[in-house]
Amino acid sequence: MSVAPAEVDLPRSEDIPVSDRPWVTIVWNDPVNLMDYVTYVFQQVFGYPRKKAARLMLDVHHKGKAVVAAGAREAMEHNVEVLHGYGLWATVRQDN
Amino acid sequence: MEPFRPTRGGGARAWLAPAEASLLRNLVGQVMMLIAPDEPQAPRGEQSWADLDADLEAMIEAPKISDDPVLARLLPDGYRDDPEAAGEFRRYTESSLRSAKQQAAQEMLDTLPDEGGQIQLNHDQAHAWLKALNDVRLALGVRLNVTEEFDEQWGQLQREDPQWAAYEVYAWLGAVQESLVQALALAGAAGLSGRCAGLSGRCASLSPCSKYPATCTTR
Repeated sequence: MSVAPAEVDLPRSEDIPVSDRPWVTIVWNDPVNLMDYVTYVFQQVFGYPRKKAARLMLDVHHKGKAVVAAGAREAMEHNVEVLHGYGLWATVRQDN
Repeated sequence: MEPFRPTRGGGARAWLAPAEASLLRNLVGQVMMLIAPDEPQAPRGEQSWADLDADLEAMIEAPKISDDPVLARLLPDGYRDDPEAAGEFRRYTESSLRSAKQQAAQEMLDTLPDEGGQIQLNHDQAHAWLKALNDVRLALGVRLNVTEEFDEQWGQLQREDPQWAAYEVYAWLGAVQESLVQALALAGAAGLSGRCAGLSGRCASLSPCSKYPATCTTR
């Protein structure tokens, strides 16, 4: 099954100094969370349209993880806290 | 159980048998006890320097992920491969995450009649149910070592196996949650029309469902 990549665009250049690289919110696959639930949570938390939320969910499911948001570190930490509230397995990372 | 259906205003309603309500109350109560904040240490009469040292160290040292795999899953690290950042994140978020989970669980108990029957949830209450149900499924899923091949795992068990019933409960919880997600998604997509599409029919009590029991509600 071919799955389109996540729509969160990130500048990927090794020239960008570390301090300027964006931070990202990553969601990891797990065997418990229901696919519909994960899609619904992405819609609720990020305001993504259903199609985009479902595509990100499939990325998580098939690839083991997906970047679901990018931006300032504090915003990504806030995302992760909210996602933990919904029981999703999420982490923050600086893009590399 | 009658699965959740969307209601006007973005909420949902369902019907639960008394045994189902009591099972849910029991499971949610167990998760609440598990995620309750650690009890503060009872004050000691005579404090030695060593005690004070230990207390100070505990205050300075960043909290770590729990050794209990269930708690580790309910309160996971916010950073991977960076213990220092994970500790800092936990220091600032763990207690509010515990409270939020406690609150969702309490909200679910408050809207779940002891004797079962009609469950009527507004949008916020429905979200509390989603979160609390998910925490119960996570806890049970970790205890049962549930994998992506849940159906096969369950299929290999004999009915006499003590774990069989727990698998059945886990599957049923998935069906309840799935029906709630679908009801909320429908309520959102249909402009809160209160129409029930595709969720007709009673769900047999504790019916077996696949991992993604989208179709379970018709069984």
